[in-house]
This record gives sequence, structure tokens and C-alpha cells, in this order.
Amino acid sequence: MMKTSTKKQLSKIARAYQLYLMLLIPVAMVFIFCYYPMYGAQIAFKKYNIVDGVFGSPWVGLMWLENFVSGKMFLELLGNTLILNLYSLSMGFPLSIILAISLNYLTSVAYKKVIQMVSYAPYFISVVVMVGIMYSLFNPLYGVLGQVLSKIAGYPVDIFLSESSFRHIFVWSGVWQGVGYGSIMYISVLASVSPELHEAAIIDGATIMKRIIHIDIPTLMPTVVVMMILNTGGLLNTGFEKVLLLQNSLNLSTSEVIDTYSYKVGLASSMPNYSSGTMIGLFKSIVCFVLLLIVNKVAQKISDSSLW
Amino acid sequence: MIKHSKKDRIFLVVNTSILTLFLLIVFYPMWLVLISSFSDPNAVTAGKVIIFPVGFSLEGYKAILSYKMIVRGFMNSLVLMVLGTVFCLIVTALGGYPLSRSDLPGKKYIMFIFTFTMYFGGGMIPYFLLIRDLHLMNTIWALVVPSALNVWNIILMKTYFQTSVPDEIFQAARVDGCSDIVYLVRIGLPLAKPIIAVLSLFTAVGMWNSYFNALLFLNDTELFPLQLVLRDILVVNATNTTEFNLDVESIKRQQEMVALLKYSVIVASSAPLMILYPFVQKYFVKGIMVGSLKG
Repeated sequence: MMKTSTKKQLSKIARAYQLYLMLLIPVAMVFIFCYYPMYGAQIAFKKYNIVDGVFGSPWVGLMWLENFVSGKMFLELLGNTLILNLYSLSMGFPLSIILAISLNYLTSVAYKKVIQMVSYAPYFISVVVMVGIMYSLFNPLYGVLGQVLSKIAGYPVDIFLSESSFRHIFVWSGVWQGVGYGSIMYISVLASVSPELHEAAIIDGATIMKRIIHIDIPTLMPTVVVMMILNTGGLLNTGFEKVLLLQNSLNLSTSEVIDTYSYKVGLASSMPNYSSGTMIGLFKSIVCFVLLLIVNKVAQKISDSSLW
Repeated sequence: MIKHSKKDRIFLVVNTSILTLFLLIVFYPMWLVLISSFSDPNAVTAGKVIIFPVGFSLEGYKAILSYKMIVRGFMNSLVLMVLGTVFCLIVTALGGYPLSRSDLPGKKYIMFIFTFTMYFGGGMIPYFLLIRDLHLMNTIWALVVPSALNVWNIILMKTYFQTSVPDEIFQAARVDGCSDIVYLVRIGLPLAKPIIAVLSLFTAVGMWNSYFNALLFLNDTELFPLQLVLRDILVVNATNTTEFNLDVESIKRQQEMVALLKYSVIVASSAPLMILYPFVQKYFVKGIMVGSLKG
């Protein structure tokens, strides 16, 4: 009995040899480019030096973690990272949903198409160009919007050199770029609502507002929950590339986040400390991963939607 | 036509007005950049360009063409984009198709190997050290090879095969003695055109728009992709005015030219994607919805 089933199993595997052959390249790549760096992240627990390399350098335990957590930057970094993300989530997330619902009740189909087309477009602009556009338009000397701001204030205003405006610039430029694209998923979920449901509601005398609250929002909920879980998993991942571009010495007190700090400590300084930088990155990844697990569990308990 | 109640009519009017305002807010900055790039440099810096181009000129675009770094960056980015997209599609198909087959022994474990990396990674520095140890530093392969593997794309492809390519087609091909490789190339991929279109678009956009990996891995300015050149011009503000092949007389005029160049270069660098995207837009929803299905 046993023998025939293993034989069957083996012949199944043999028959699938072409499939394994295809998988060879992607699997090899995932090991090289994803798992090997995870293995290499052990330098976070070592004092890396070039001579001994990743595997020969001496172990130092949690020294770099203690260094980072007890450092004077830690609370500021954590605060900046969380504020930037929560601010950005609390704006972008609801606005995408509102946009989707709003578009759903637009009577002209052609106009809806135009708005969709235009609102997706900024998503394809690169971060560098996005920041460049803002620098150009808000330049107090030759930018149209910068000149307007300066006129209102009565003196040249350079919004990029102020620590108080950094978060607003970051979040609202992100909303401008992402809100249209972010709404696509909700729009197609709304389109899947059976029209009969709406017709029945209309016959019962429900206003559009009522239909939104009792039909559209409940339909969107499962998608919203999944998106929420995914976003919480990235709570410490800031749009690092954009932060780095918008950062300057005058707004550092609000713009320095864990990602940029890790980059500076580990790579961009004149004396890069690979080990310390890796530990800071690892700290962030682990916190995110644990957050994701917790939120997913909670979501499973209170609603039926979850990632796994 | 449905008759709307009074409350609903108010709602519709307010709704349409808000959406129109939204449309203007999204559209205006792009429009402003576009018209500025075609205007007279003097009018641009004086803030006179508000709704239409003022004093039509192509000087900004002429300046781009004589700016060697930009032209070279454009070419480099084009090469990166094409190579990156082709490699990525090959790896994605090689991963996505086998994983879509329910008769693949050990599928659960292989899937786990892939999905785990979506939630956890080694971080930037170990990755940097890996690229260095592979001797890929300062070559375009540092940007092309690793990005050919995109786990998210593989899962999208797998889901597409599972949901949109009928199993009967595969069964029929198998009866006719078609091997897996032939099936994938001759039948599978042609049927997967919509998802291939979406993945190509997003991979191409990603390759074209990224700057950070180039910043990390490239030192040689000859290899710089467009975004890295743009970063110097637009953000770091390091315009090399001697690069203009222009007869520039005064410093003021030079500054005006720099401002104009910025607008023109923004338009020129975004134009390829902006032209491409309306054609692929119809596949968006499909691509995103496939992604939201649980595999």
C-alpha cells in the first residue's frame, strides 16, 4: 500500500519535471535576492568589518539595537515616522473611497471617464519629477504658486525650507498623486453591486445618501478592511524616496524618519556603519511584521475579512 | 430616466461641483507645467504664465537637446526600461504558470517561499552588500537583474491563469500530447495578453521612474538613468549652465533658462508614459482586480 502511494507520488513529480524546470529561475532568484539578504542581515548582530566580511565579523549581540533605542534620536524618529504615516493614511485612504463613491453617482458617463483618466495620470509621474514640479511651482521667485503665497504673506515664502510645512507637502503631494489611482479598486467593487439592490431601494424611497450608507459602504467594507491591514503592515515604511528628496537641513526635525536615518547611518555617511544601519532597518521590518500579524488576527476576529 | 427627489437633485449638483473642483486641482499643476515649458522664459519667471502659454517658444526643448547628460540619461533609461521589462516578464511567466497548476506537487511550499518575501525582507544594506559581492556595482545589471524578480507580479500571473484561462483548454492540449513548455509559449501566454499588458506597463513605469537603486549602485555618470540626471537638475539644483550650447549673455537670462529648462525637462521625461498610459488604461481595472483575488 505504502509503496504504491510513494511510487504514485514520485511519478507525479517526474511528470511535472517541466514545471520544476520553469520554476528553477524564479526560485533561484528569490533565494539570491530575497533570502540571502535576510541571511546577510545577521550583520545587525555583529561588528562588521571589511576584512572579515559578513560571516567572519565578531558577534556583538544586541549592541546596535540598544544603541539605537537608547540614542537621543530614537523617539523623534519614531514619532516622525508614525505621524507622517498616520497623517498620510488618514487623508489618502478615506479620500480614495469618497472619490470612488462620488464618481459612482456622476450622471454623465463621459464626464466620469474624463475625471478618471485625468486623476490616474499623476500616478505615473516619478517621485523625482513630482518633487521637481513642486519646487518649480512653489519657488518664491519664479514659481506661479510660490509668488501667490509670497504675495499673501508679504514676504518671499519658501515652503520647502520650513519644518512645519514638510508633512503637509509630503502628504498632500501624495494625495494628489495617488487618490485617483487608489480609487480604482473601490470603483470596480462598487460596479459589482447588483443594480436591483439600488432599484429596490429607490422604490422604497431611499435617497442617494441613504443608499450610500446602506448599500455602498457595506459593499466596500471587506476591501477596506484588507487595505487597512496591508497599510498597517507598512506603518513604519515611509515613502522613503520622496522623503529623501524633500529633505534638507532646515526641515530635518520633522523629515528625518527611520528609513532615511538607516540609510544615512548605513550607507550615505562618509564612515558608513553597515551593522548599525542594518539593525535599524531590521528593527523596522520586525515591528511592521508583528503589527501586520496582530492587525490581521484582530480583523479576523471582528470581521470576516483577513489576508490569510 | 429616473426621477430624482429634491434631496437627490441637490446631492447630484453638489457632487458634480465637487468633482469638477477635484478635476481642476488634479489637472491644473500638470497643465501649468506644460504651458510653462512652451512659454517665453521671461514670462515664466515673471509669473505671467497662468492659463495659456505666453510668447510661445521652444527654447527649453532646444536646451534639452543640447544638454548631453539629459540625452544620454534618456537613452540609458530607455535601455533599462526595455531590458527590465522583458526580463521581468520572462521570470514572471516562468514563475506564474507552474504555480497556477493544481497538479504541481509541493505547490504549497513553493508558494510560501515566494509569499513570505512580500512581508519580510533583509533590508537595504544587506542587499547593497549582496550586489557589491556579486560584482554588479556600477553596471546596469545591478538595476536590471534583481528587478526581474517581482513576487507580486508572479502571483498576479498565477491568479490570472487560474481564473481566466479555462482548464479545459489545458486538458485538451494535454490529450494532444502538448508539453508544458509548448503549452505555455503557444497557448498560455497568448491567452494572458491582458495581464501581460498590465504587468508590462507597471514594470516599464517602475523602471523608467526609479532613481534610488541607480543612486546606490552607479557611480559612473555615463550610466546614469534619466531620473538621476533629473534629480540633479530639479532637486539638487546643480544645473551645469556651460552645458547649454547657447549664446547666453547675462546671468539673469541664464537663470531664466534654467527655470524654463526645468519645466521642459519635466514634460519631456513624463511624456513617454503619459502618451502610453491611455492605451493601457482599459486593462487597469482587470489587473488590479485580479490582484485583489486571493490565490
